[in-house]
Amino acid sequence: MRFKTVTSPHILQQNSVGQVMRRVLYAMVPGIAALVWFFGWGVLINLALATVVALGAEAVMLSIRGKPLALHLGDYSAVVTAWLLAVALPPLAPWWLTMIGVLAAIVVAKHLYGGLGYNPFNPAMIGYVVLLISFPREMSAWLIPHGIGQPHALSLLDSLQIIFGGAGSLPVDALTGATPLDVLRTRLGLGQTVTDIRNSPVFGVVAGQGWEWATAGFLAGGLWLVYTRTAAWQIPAGLLGGLVVMSTTFYLIDPQHYAPPWFHIWSGAVIFGAFFIATDPVTASTTPRGRLIYGAGIGILIYIIRGFGGYPDGVAFSVLLMNIAAPTLDLYTRPRVFGEKQL
Amino acid sequence: MSALFPFHGGLKTVRHKTESNQTPIQAGILPPRLTVPLRQHIGAIAKPLVQPGDRVLKGQMIGQPDGYISAAIHAPTSGVVSAVDQQPVPHPSGLSDLCVTIESDGEDRWIDREPVDYHRLHPSELRQTIRNAGVVGLGGAGFPSAVKLNLAGRSEPLATLMLNGAECEPWITCDDRLMRERAAEIVAGLQIMAHLLGPAEVLIGIEDDKPEAIAAMTAACAGTSYEVRPVPTRYPSGSVKQLVKLLTGRETPVDGLPVDVGVQCFNVATAYTVYRAIHCGEPVISRVVTVTGQVHRPGNLEVLIGTPFAELIKQCGGYRDGVERLIMGGPMMGFALHSDEAPVTKAANCLLAAGPAELAAELPVLPCIRCGACMDVCPANLLPQQLYWHARAKEFDQARDCHLFSCIECGCCSHVCPSHIPLVQYYRYAKNEIWAQEKEKQRAEQARQRHQARMERLEREKQEREAKLRQKAPVRTEVVPHLDPLISVPSPTKGEGSGQVG
Repeated sequence: MRFKTVTSPHILQQNSVGQVMRRVLYAMVPGIAALVWFFGWGVLINLALATVVALGAEAVMLSIRGKPLALHLGDYSAVVTAWLLAVALPPLAPWWLTMIGVLAAIVVAKHLYGGLGYNPFNPAMIGYVVLLISFPREMSAWLIPHGIGQPHALSLLDSLQIIFGGAGSLPVDALTGATPLDVLRTRLGLGQTVTDIRNSPVFGVVAGQGWEWATAGFLAGGLWLVYTRTAAWQIPAGLLGGLVVMSTTFYLIDPQHYAPPWFHIWSGAVIFGAFFIATDPVTASTTPRGRLIYGAGIGILIYIIRGFGGYPDGVAFSVLLMNIAAPTLDLYTRPRVFGEKQL
Repeated sequence: MSALFPFHGGLKTVRHKTESNQTPIQAGILPPRLTVPLRQHIGAIAKPLVQPGDRVLKGQMIGQPDGYISAAIHAPTSGVVSAVDQQPVPHPSGLSDLCVTIESDGEDRWIDREPVDYHRLHPSELRQTIRNAGVVGLGGAGFPSAVKLNLAGRSEPLATLMLNGAECEPWITCDDRLMRERAAEIVAGLQIMAHLLGPAEVLIGIEDDKPEAIAAMTAACAGTSYEVRPVPTRYPSGSVKQLVKLLTGRETPVDGLPVDVGVQCFNVATAYTVYRAIHCGEPVISRVVTVTGQVHRPGNLEVLIGTPFAELIKQCGGYRDGVERLIMGGPMMGFALHSDEAPVTKAANCLLAAGPAELAAELPVLPCIRCGACMDVCPANLLPQQLYWHARAKEFDQARDCHLFSCIECGCCSHVCPSHIPLVQYYRYAKNEIWAQEKEKQRAEQARQRHQARMERLEREKQEREAKLRQKAPVRTEVVPHLDPLISVPSPTKGEGSGQVG
């Protein structure tokens, strides 16, 4: 009797790229729920719009590149990119803003660099940075917490109208405001102390009001990702470690001009970035030590950009800068091979 | 209990041991024809000692070891040699190799077996007896054991003699059954090995999913200083370097052998054959093979070397429906046979008839997302994803720098890859390419040396001819002084030249 000859191993674990990506999506759910609660339907509309545009762009690019559609669309990587970007956008961002961002991420940052697995930069962060640089006014128009769980919530229809038809008669300007990090940055520039600024109504217990709950949601999801080994623990550990070291140092030097470490950790996109953005395996370092250094580099850069740079938050730029360093980190942090003498 | 020293990586795999380990080892039937490959070991192929037409007895040497690293081959039964030629052998390539085919006479008549008292033999004679019995590593590698039992040239005494009863691959249970049923014989063989090697300690490593085997071996070791050490069931704990690390904490150097860290390790079945060779005077002509998977009566058979695999399947009730691959060895490292006509060899520990239930579905390959799952399970602590990039890009030098040759091809990386990349296949490819390049380089170097030798020879011959000519014409040599003025005509220029250089 003749048989098929296939090389070993002959058994494989039930595991797939699609499964890895779907886990990332599940892990985002608690954080997204909190965002919807505090910032309204706009968050969900952004997510849906980004998903549709991302899948469309992915399909077009795949067919141009002659790749099988079902196989590659089924890996959910485009959806992950879409969600990561959508969550980072202002909840009432006009539809074209979301679209431009997603197209920049999927078409340019992902497929023009060779598609899944070959892109040197985090696609979602490329999309975000393109928008941040090109449309600074739209990108800073964050809602003050007026979500569906809040007293003066915008209805779904109102949200749709603002996103797709512009503000019209709706009092959007009254709803939008600077983000807590914007406030901190601007007022520190005016010479106010951290303690005074923290008394402003945009702040809650630890960080921005409403934001702190979204952060808690993303932390829960992120810890689950680490627990299931979907995300490497070294990256968030390095990132938060780097940020804590920097912020604690400056806070101890002058607590009136530098926000405390817990504020930094819990503000802006730090937790989300640490567990969901920086952990994108394609663009991160792949060795255990490399991942720690990569994470720490992002943490340090976030602090430098927040404290001394031109933007209130620096997660996107920090991630992209460390993306460039990842191949070099891999080269110099190779683990000791079994039986090799101590390096 | 002594501390264990876990190795990096590894996996919990499916087990599937109970399919075959619930029944005792059965004797294999005597097939009408046996095809005995002359290369069943690492090293040089054995030199055939028989010709077609020769009558042979069971246990008679039919292949002589050719060189130090080689092994003897014996007739598994009595009968007539019908051919000494190329026959299909169980090898991943599916190529043929030199085999002795024996038509059984059905009598199964032994040569004179001479048990020996090993205490009386000089160590070198004892080693020679083991070598002549064709004892090789039965764990799968097939390295001649007599070589490993010789510590001559090593200054330090051996710290640890180790017996490998881990049997970490799923499905395989031949060592499990052997330890349960013949623990005393295994330990007797181990004693002979210890007699030759004089180790400070003797350890037996068995995965803890085999409590019966652990109990039997512990009982057999009573009264000796040998220690049975259960190890956690974690693939690939049966890989020699990993087992050495587990039990002793010592890491075998990248380019070295366990003996470099004072450990010599043998498979339990190898110890059993040493016992048979010395105490019974019987060479290695049979082994226990697990036949499992999609067959009607899975179990362990003690079969003659050279029995066609098809006979084993028949004895186990034949194939069930849907067998797609016939795997020799386990599902992690074993290779798929082209056909079941190939014969059992000393390295054949398991025959797995695999259908869709046993096998992974053939899934489409996606790009590497650099998730590092492969790195987390690599027992050699390599960076499989980087090796993959280099192998794919044919950057063989970089692959070698990333310790490609530390890869033991255990298959853990391919097993966990979410993109279903056949990583091990890439590493085999890269290794083969590097070996081919090295051979090519050697050939080129040989050709260069030959060419140079030829040029030197031609030059030498030319000079010799000229010398002979000069001897034959002595008169002309006297003429030379008269020619001197003519030759020295351009000498001023010469002088100037040398002056300038000076």
